[in-house]
Amino acid sequence: MIKNISNLGDAALYCDFGNDVNREINLNVIQFFKNIKKSNIPGITNITPSYNKLIISFDLNITNFDKIKTEVEQLNFKNEIVNEGNLIKIPVCCDNDFALDIKRLEKLLNLEKEEIYKKFFSKKYYCYMTGFIAGMPFLGDLNDSLYARRLDTPRVKVPKNSIGLTEQFCNIYTFESPGGWNIIGKTPLDIFDNKNNTSPNLINPGDTISFFQISKLEFEKKYG
Amino acid sequence: MAENYFEVLRPGINTTFQDNGRKNYYHIGIPFSGAMDNRNFVIANAISNNKKNNPVIEFALQGPKLRYKGDKVYFNVTGDVNFQILRKNKIEEGVCYQNLVLENNDCLDLISTNRSVYGYLSINASFKIDFYLDSYSVNTKAEIGANNGKILQKNQIIKIENITKKYSLNKLDYINSKIENIRVIKGPHFDYFSKTAKDLFFKEKFRITKLTDRMGIRLDGPKIENIKYTNIKSEGLVKGTIQITADGDPIVMLSDHGTIGGYPKIGVVISADYDKLVQIPPGSKVKFKEINLKDAETIYKLYEMETQNLISKTK
Repeated sequence: MIKNISNLGDAALYCDFGNDVNREINLNVIQFFKNIKKSNIPGITNITPSYNKLIISFDLNITNFDKIKTEVEQLNFKNEIVNEGNLIKIPVCCDNDFALDIKRLEKLLNLEKEEIYKKFFSKKYYCYMTGFIAGMPFLGDLNDSLYARRLDTPRVKVPKNSIGLTEQFCNIYTFESPGGWNIIGKTPLDIFDNKNNTSPNLINPGDTISFFQISKLEFEKKYG
Repeated sequence: MAENYFEVLRPGINTTFQDNGRKNYYHIGIPFSGAMDNRNFVIANAISNNKKNNPVIEFALQGPKLRYKGDKVYFNVTGDVNFQILRKNKIEEGVCYQNLVLENNDCLDLISTNRSVYGYLSINASFKIDFYLDSYSVNTKAEIGANNGKILQKNQIIKIENITKKYSLNKLDYINSKIENIRVIKGPHFDYFSKTAKDLFFKEKFRITKLTDRMGIRLDGPKIENIKYTNIKSEGLVKGTIQITADGDPIVMLSDHGTIGGYPKIGVVISADYDKLVQIPPGSKVKFKEINLKDAETIYKLYEMETQNLISKTK
């Protein structure tokens, strides 16, 4: 559980759950996130879960650090049950037009493209967190033979809906954005739907993701 | 008249609709957004007799030029803004912090902000704009909020409704004070930096570069040497967080910031200094001053009291 609570500036709590990145620590963070949300502590304006930290922002006109720290520490979650995340299937087209860094990965990982995709598509991934840009999911963990470092020079524009890999993680660029992850394909699905006014995120922390491959024809026919 | 609207003759550099932002969406990657300089935002609404959270037009450095069509409407401009009203036969110099009138075919030219960044235009009426996830605030990165999440475009129309007919001579004598010292509370990774670097951070001046917008400020100055890890496992950020990049340069997160980041946090700007920090134009220099949490809380209370006092003086 929480190892330490300190302040992040004068209007946020910095809750530290440890330094490692693994599912167990992250599930603690997510459980805590869900329970704090339910608790309706007055003055909380935002809660940001990540791999192993949780940041709670608050309105200084309503509360302050000491008050909210005590309230958070006094919450007793023992009997709370964590909702299981959803299983979401994401189609990916790996045509050369979309797999911008597959050649780089073949060299870097010393694997044929077919092997890279076989290993990538055969695993299910866990969503640790979403953010940076709206709706971007941080997923893991990859088969360890697919661990690759970021591009030496990040792209100024990664196309929207690109699937990227780096270290033990993969993600989906929900918007065109600068970025340095190795791009292996593209999904026709909108992961962040900015027309949806209630739950614009398709993937949320705690969800499980499985990717499946589609042809360029399917990509274009279904969604073009 | 059937319809009341502004026609955008010149959109300005970065003109957006803003209210006080959206809460509770950090976890899906959506930051607060909202008016950058909250004090000038609330004063603008107070002078207009609007609700506290009414959306306004925020502009940066160069503002928009708008032609007004419709029934007489009152408006006011806050910030430190150089503007003109082009009427039928004369040009009138604008005065900030007071209700002024626009008649059919008048042009409002929000020429520029003076030695500051943001200005606000509020009307005694409502803009006909869309609401998304509890707010009108435009977030251009996620393409959400009013105006389809976009900055103002040349030739677009901004519809206006609910015009208040009654005129009230609300005004305020107020001069935006400038600051050079930005007060900072040490961040969770303060000890990732060398003794020399920590001293430099609070001793030297940093220049606000042109790579500055609603998302953040990139600073230029002495390199802040990291002696531990230049990258951390990505974690949440808040407005005012100062991260040190792998190159040793500070970046300050502002209202439209990415919600998570992987650079160590050396400190966080105190809430009371945020409105003034965002108003410092590129090219200026700032100095960071260390302060503890208790003092920051007290200073914020005083700052908020001062804002409330200014609001009461508008009536």
